[in-house]
Amino acid sequence: MRLRSGVFASSCLLVEALGVALFLRGFFPLPVRSLPRSEARRDPPAEPAPPGSGMVSNWTKIPPPLFKKVVIVLIDALRDDFVFGSKGKQFMPYTTQVIEKGTSHSFIAEAKPPTVTMPRIKALTTGSIPGFIDVIVNLNSPALLDDNLIWQAKTAGKRIIFYGDDTWVKLFPKHFVEYDGTTSFFVSDFTEVDDNVTRHLDRVLKREDWDILILHYLGLDHIGHMTGPNSPLVGPKLHEMDNILKKIHISLLSKEGESSLPNLLVVCGDHGMSETGSHGGSSEGEVHTPLLFISSAFEKRSGPLTQPKLVQQTDLATTLAVGLGLPISRNSVGNLILPVVGDKTMREQLRFLHLNGFQLSRLLQENTPAYEKDPGYEHFKIAEKSHGNWIKLYLDGNNSEILLNLGKKVLKQYLEALKTLSSSLSKQVAQYDMYSMLVGTVIVLEVLFLLLLITPKALSSRAEFEVPLSPPLFSLLFYLMCLMLCAVHVIVCTSAESLCYFCSMSWLTAVGVMVLISALMCGILSAIGKILESSRVPVKNPVVSNSSWSEVDVLILAGTIGHVLSLGASSFIEEEHQTWYFLINTLCLALCQELCRNYFLLKEGDPQHSITLKQSFDNVKEAYECKNIDIPAAGDSKLGKVTSSAEFIKGSDKWISLASPWIILICCRLLRSLNQTGVQWAHRPDFGHWLTSSEHKSELSFLAAVSLVMIFILVQRKCSLVSKIAMALGLLGVYSYRAAIGNIIFPWQRDSKDISKGITEARFVYVFVLGIVFTGTKDLLKSQVISADSSVKSIGLWEVYSGLVLLAALLFRPHNLPVLVFCLLIQTMMTKYIWRPLKFDAAQITIMHYWFGQAFFYFQGNSNGIATVDVSAGFVGLDSYVEIPAIFLTAFATYAGPLLWAIHLLCYLSSEVSRNSAAMGHGCFCYALVRSIPVAVYIILVTSLRYHLFIWSVFSPKLLYEGMHVFITAVICLFFTAMDQNQSRKVQD
Amino acid sequence: MKEAEIKRLLAANLLCVFSIILTTTVPAFFLDSFSVLGTHLTWLCICSVSISALNIVLCLVLKPNPSPKRSSFAHKISRFLKCCIYFFMSCILFHVIIVLYGAPLIESVTETFLFAVLLSTFTTLHCLCMLGPNIQAWIRVFSKNGAMSIWDNSLQITTMCSILGAWFGAFPIPLDWDRPWQVWPISCSLGATFGYMAGLIIAPLWIHWNQKQLTYKSR
Repeated sequence: MRLRSGVFASSCLLVEALGVALFLRGFFPLPVRSLPRSEARRDPPAEPAPPGSGMVSNWTKIPPPLFKKVVIVLIDALRDDFVFGSKGKQFMPYTTQVIEKGTSHSFIAEAKPPTVTMPRIKALTTGSIPGFIDVIVNLNSPALLDDNLIWQAKTAGKRIIFYGDDTWVKLFPKHFVEYDGTTSFFVSDFTEVDDNVTRHLDRVLKREDWDILILHYLGLDHIGHMTGPNSPLVGPKLHEMDNILKKIHISLLSKEGESSLPNLLVVCGDHGMSETGSHGGSSEGEVHTPLLFISSAFEKRSGPLTQPKLVQQTDLATTLAVGLGLPISRNSVGNLILPVVGDKTMREQLRFLHLNGFQLSRLLQENTPAYEKDPGYEHFKIAEKSHGNWIKLYLDGNNSEILLNLGKKVLKQYLEALKTLSSSLSKQVAQYDMYSMLVGTVIVLEVLFLLLLITPKALSSRAEFEVPLSPPLFSLLFYLMCLMLCAVHVIVCTSAESLCYFCSMSWLTAVGVMVLISALMCGILSAIGKILESSRVPVKNPVVSNSSWSEVDVLILAGTIGHVLSLGASSFIEEEHQTWYFLINTLCLALCQELCRNYFLLKEGDPQHSITLKQSFDNVKEAYECKNIDIPAAGDSKLGKVTSSAEFIKGSDKWISLASPWIILICCRLLRSLNQTGVQWAHRPDFGHWLTSSEHKSELSFLAAVSLVMIFILVQRKCSLVSKIAMALGLLGVYSYRAAIGNIIFPWQRDSKDISKGITEARFVYVFVLGIVFTGTKDLLKSQVISADSSVKSIGLWEVYSGLVLLAALLFRPHNLPVLVFCLLIQTMMTKYIWRPLKFDAAQITIMHYWFGQAFFYFQGNSNGIATVDVSAGFVGLDSYVEIPAIFLTAFATYAGPLLWAIHLLCYLSSEVSRNSAAMGHGCFCYALVRSIPVAVYIILVTSLRYHLFIWSVFSPKLLYEGMHVFITAVICLFFTAMDQNQSRKVQD
Repeated sequence: MKEAEIKRLLAANLLCVFSIILTTTVPAFFLDSFSVLGTHLTWLCICSVSISALNIVLCLVLKPNPSPKRSSFAHKISRFLKCCIYFFMSCILFHVIIVLYGAPLIESVTETFLFAVLLSTFTTLHCLCMLGPNIQAWIRVFSKNGAMSIWDNSLQITTMCSILGAWFGAFPIPLDWDRPWQVWPISCSLGATFGYMAGLIIAPLWIHWNQKQLTYKSR
């Protein structure tokens, strides 16, 4: 079967995408412990029976609640030093006083990454550690089906009132007797979100008809996102929170006289914030949140203030369950925070700990077949036994010092057991489905090898090669391998202890995958065989060894390899943008040198050295520059004018061409300071923050207007008239959309209009986007059917491209419009002045496009952390969250840089077809190859580093980005192939 | 003849290497609390100045490319001024390139500029000493197969090595090791220095081993 390189590359990428998906599914196991809640209501265990017969403890039910009313104040992004540090002392005087002298217990609760709100709420309420994959569905927030505290409380007849972030309302629909959800959609809103919560407070505090009140304040998080933890806005916000806490505390105290049970006020944060004010990762500031229990039941603190103890965030669910007299949530891995129940009798304390331990050990039983060997379980059994003994003594009426000391000993044993149990359970969450990962890795690697082996043929001038399908498919080896792999599959799946995704797939699918693996393997083997065969045949014509590598080739190869190697270091992943910026800078300088050589040195090589003095002077100047030792390019264009008028046009072109790498370099430098990303230098001030701050709205508006005009000028050149008009209207629509959502202002608009979601305007733009893309597609189809000249096709492609540019202009963050302008500018300059004159081949062009695409991914402000994904792009023009368009829009907005460069590559290569008919095939193949190499290497790296400290904070997000990029690349390559197919058909005609 | 020239080259280069090593140790006797990492700017100055001085002296002593014709005093002065201007322009150009590579534009200008000066010392000054302010000679030397003597070869190698060293020196900056030498521009200037030293040592050896292949066009 003869295959074109493009077709081959896209099919390879599709298979690779399958492999990556399988790997991701294995790497991010979905929580398997979500048993239906009806099962969760099992009888609570009785107190351990004392040894001997006859005596049975009468404590078989769940202990009664310890607190009457509980108020949970959750302050988003409350970092520990905001309460316990100097900021707390300064801005939260009341809270500080309560901590230092009042009846309270203070702790630092450690949140597990990802430190994003929804997983944190889940952790706080279920006590489990939500998997990383929860971040992905963070947008969606479907109802929480696991057993959790809120559900337990509701089932027990508690009346719960909630005010705050509407994530809660989505997670717990119909759980609250009264609620008011606030959306955190407008991050720039600092006061409204909190006033929305506080306005209910006075009324609710007066009432008696509730048991649990949950308040979730968002303002601090918004301030952090916009201005960082050290901004002057943080202080007043903390002060506001302090006043609210004071109000609640006083009101709770005033109510206590009437009831027998004390009330409890819990203050906590869901996550902290990093030094830049964002969150999502695992830096100390992000994971450490304060946790305060304030109740009159506690003893007044005496003695000096000590550093608060470190507890886990998941401990809160367990502690509250005990405090409210509820069963501990089934999936909770938390430990009871003992000081909170420290003033109860020994028997009660032991009873609580036993309940907690019992729940943890049952969870362990459900998840590990070999639970009996677990040290935590063993400890628990020992502790349970001594607990029984203690109860025997207690029931005997022994009430001496010995009993107390023995009790303390049991307590210690329990605490030890709980700690071990929950740490071994937490480890379970990070258990990888190695089998699925292995299968995925094998597929990805096989595809990579196949691509690498076929490279020489695929990049031959025909871009077409014979794929021997039948010999390997009918060989004995193939069948043997299929059989063997199926046998291995059966063995692995029958003996597997933990759940495995690949095993749970239907056997037909599994066999299909096995057949695929063996087919790929046989393909590789036959490719190797062919290479060996051809190398054995003596080469008749000695290899024309003028394939000396140019500097650009060396740079491209070294850059690709260097980047792949850099993925092994967590810092290089965090700062990956630096790698790309560095590489494209060097690429520009190399291109500059190439240009100089092209324009000057080749001429000098001419036999006759009769160059006029003037010309040689110019040559000298410029070649001088090519060594980077001379005046910047700007001056050169002036020099160019000195040349004789006959050569003027050619000359001026030459000088622009020589200046273009420098202009591109300057553009890149400006873009680099537009968005500081990464981790280490993310807190540096950048233009982006300066522009988005509310004082600089007019500057931002001006910039947006200029950018939109520039976009129009740069894009319209190659469009048809209809799409030109559509483009202009669409860009106007973009401006009015931005004005409607309050990012920017119209020049005639003096007072700030009230902010809307800009749905009409955004939909207006969508209409034009679809219109332009549709016109482009129509042209493409026309060029295919009628086989008109290639200009129709290139116009069609360009229209599709400009439609995407318009969409990007709509979806980008307001200050990122210059990114789009520079993207278009660089592409235009590169095409006109660098790639065309230097006559690079398709492979080099493709890799340069890929590099620039990667750099623009980071120029947009993206990073390899989850926190920088701009989810608000998914809401543009939508009333509410609709899953498919939201995912599509967010993905497009995030990957706009690489995507636009890839489509531009397509436009460029299709215009190059006249020069090199195989250009498209080569481009597609190289694009696929250049994407597969980092993915394959990264998958292996991640597998080997899966117990690395930073696996969840650094490596996993990057893995998600890489996986997503593979899917997008697969789509791009399919598009390439479709275009290429047209071409081939036309060539045949 | 060639052997002797290679020996002279080796001696001159070793002297340069030795002087760089001296700049890291000797100033500690005169200035208190001097260290390459701690007072990096001082070291940058000292290193640039001493290397420039040594290069000029070597150039005067060895005369690798003796000028064919006797030149007047005024001519010499103008040559010297030209050299100064070229050197200064190369510093500026290096500074611009470094900023384009991502060095801060406003903060730590001194550091960046001194690093640019160091790089110019290693590359441009070396060229100026060897070739003079004769740009055609420069182009000749830096184009393919343009070397006319072992001095030109040595020049090519040291220049390439210094720039590559500075390029590789930027690699450790993003790592989160919090080492004192990761501070801008220490790793880059150290990289350039090591590259230069490596170039100085490699050049004579490389020429020695490739003696047979090297054929120089007569001028």
